[in-house]
Amino acid sequence: MTRPSLLRLFLVQFGAEQRLFWRSPIAAFFSVIFPLLMLLTFAALFGNDRITPLGVTASQFYAPALAVYGAVSTVYWNLSMSLVTSRELGVLKRIRGTPMPPWLMLGGRLTSSAWVALLAVILMVTIGVLGYGVALYPRTLAAAFVTFLVGVSCFAALGCLIAALSPNANATPPMAAATLVPLAFISEVFIPPSASSASWLTTVADFFPLKHFARAFSGAFNPTLHGSGFAWSDAGATYAILPHLAVMAVWGIAGGVLAVRLFRWEPRPEKVR
Amino acid sequence: MSVAAVTVENVVKRYGGVTAVDGVSLTIAEGEVFALLGPNGAGKTSLVEILEGHRRRDGGNVRVLGFDPASGGRTMRERIGIVLQEGGLEGELTVVETVRYHASLFPRPKDVDDVIRVVGLEEKRRSQVRLLSGGQRRRLELALGVVGDPDLIFLDEPTTGFDPSARRQAWDLVRALRGFGKTIVLTTHYMDEAQALADRIAVIARGRIVAEGTPATLGDRHLRGARVRFRPPEGTSLDGLPAPFVPSGSGWVEGETKAPTETLHAVTAWALARGIELDGLTVMPPSLEDVYLDLTRT
Repeated sequence: MTRPSLLRLFLVQFGAEQRLFWRSPIAAFFSVIFPLLMLLTFAALFGNDRITPLGVTASQFYAPALAVYGAVSTVYWNLSMSLVTSRELGVLKRIRGTPMPPWLMLGGRLTSSAWVALLAVILMVTIGVLGYGVALYPRTLAAAFVTFLVGVSCFAALGCLIAALSPNANATPPMAAATLVPLAFISEVFIPPSASSASWLTTVADFFPLKHFARAFSGAFNPTLHGSGFAWSDAGATYAILPHLAVMAVWGIAGGVLAVRLFRWEPRPEKVR
Repeated sequence: MSVAAVTVENVVKRYGGVTAVDGVSLTIAEGEVFALLGPNGAGKTSLVEILEGHRRRDGGNVRVLGFDPASGGRTMRERIGIVLQEGGLEGELTVVETVRYHASLFPRPKDVDDVIRVVGLEEKRRSQVRLLSGGQRRRLELALGVVGDPDLIFLDEPTTGFDPSARRQAWDLVRALRGFGKTIVLTTHYMDEAQALADRIAVIARGRIVAEGTPATLGDRHLRGARVRFRPPEGTSLDGLPAPFVPSGSGWVEGETKAPTETLHAVTAWALARGIELDGLTVMPPSLEDVYLDLTRT
């Protein structure tokens, strides 16, 4: 008798997750379509003027920023929602009673979610390039991709933490929204950086990981910066992702460790039956 | 004597200050259909979930197919099938996708289409799970429990909430599984279900096994007497009425006997001598229900 390989089990889980994701229109809408609609809206609102103090066009700023938003929506919001829904339905418990190793099931889910996030980013950038004249810089693409991987891992870990903390499916979307949306306004995702921001807002945003994801990713699309991005210091308009990745790594690891400790496989706490 | 599929020794499970399983010991032989019968809250689900590896015990020893379920992991799970009490199905997958997913996790699964046919879901093969009726979902869950061709199957209250005809169908399925030589552990709070399906029954109440036996011998049922009852006309004097009869209220007279023929003869002779008719005269063997209610009385 041959036991299915771990790779095979992973692919089985990944395949099931992909089916489920694309069959639930709301999740697909928020990951892929909603950020695109925002790009259309912002481009229509601001035209394609250069925005100060960045010195880039509105689309050159918004395409990467909203790509980050789409990716984060997918691995933070959708992933936490789907984990909690599966837990409430007893799906996690059922699978834990099968030979599927639990970490592999979670791995398949996370990878499926990250794959959707990648598609959302590629679609956003492609539409930016084709429809709004967004420029790409080959020297920065590697850094953009590494930033994507670190950022998505960080927010996936935080998504698992939200799932672990959420008491039920109804509580999950408000928990995700309340933590993500306000941050998006101060983290150079919905609104470009401006010299007039209150300094305490800057301090708050610097503390959380979203701004670091947005900055490190958007830097790859900023024609006024130099270098490949793999640098620690941004002195002299150097494109530097490493400090941002470090912050996201700290958040991701802390969130992941807490999520593993708090994760539940069943709806309610144990009770007598 | 066959090999033991499951052995449980002195298992204890506590939740906070409540002891849900209080020193249970039992042995389940290979190929046996074993029913854990008890009222809600008796601890049967807790016990079964310890065997399945879903919960950790606070004391005692457990062996399931030779594994400790707390650490049996993938190797043990390749040989057991679990049909949970509730759901756990993704509504947006189809029946065949769901069964195929589970089949692909096991080293030697059964044929997916065969399993779907056996549980009678052929027509629903391509339906999404969310569109199935409650009974159809239950049948799908049974399919998932057997598709890995496990040696041991856990059925947690397999027919709770079923209508009578769906119950009969589920019973037929369990009997079919048994025909394949599988060991089956089922929990139920229906006495007739345990009686209809099980080779052996353990009655659990307040976390303890209060009786164990075959459906015929459980609680020494075969040793108990038959119950004879009747209602003499109002105002009849019970003088001269043979033992063991005593009034039991509302005009009824009842007695338990191990020699029902003789007792019945004596009581009809008594009635004929007085020229009276015995209303509602019945002889009843002790029912499993009486035994069960006696055993689980709190």
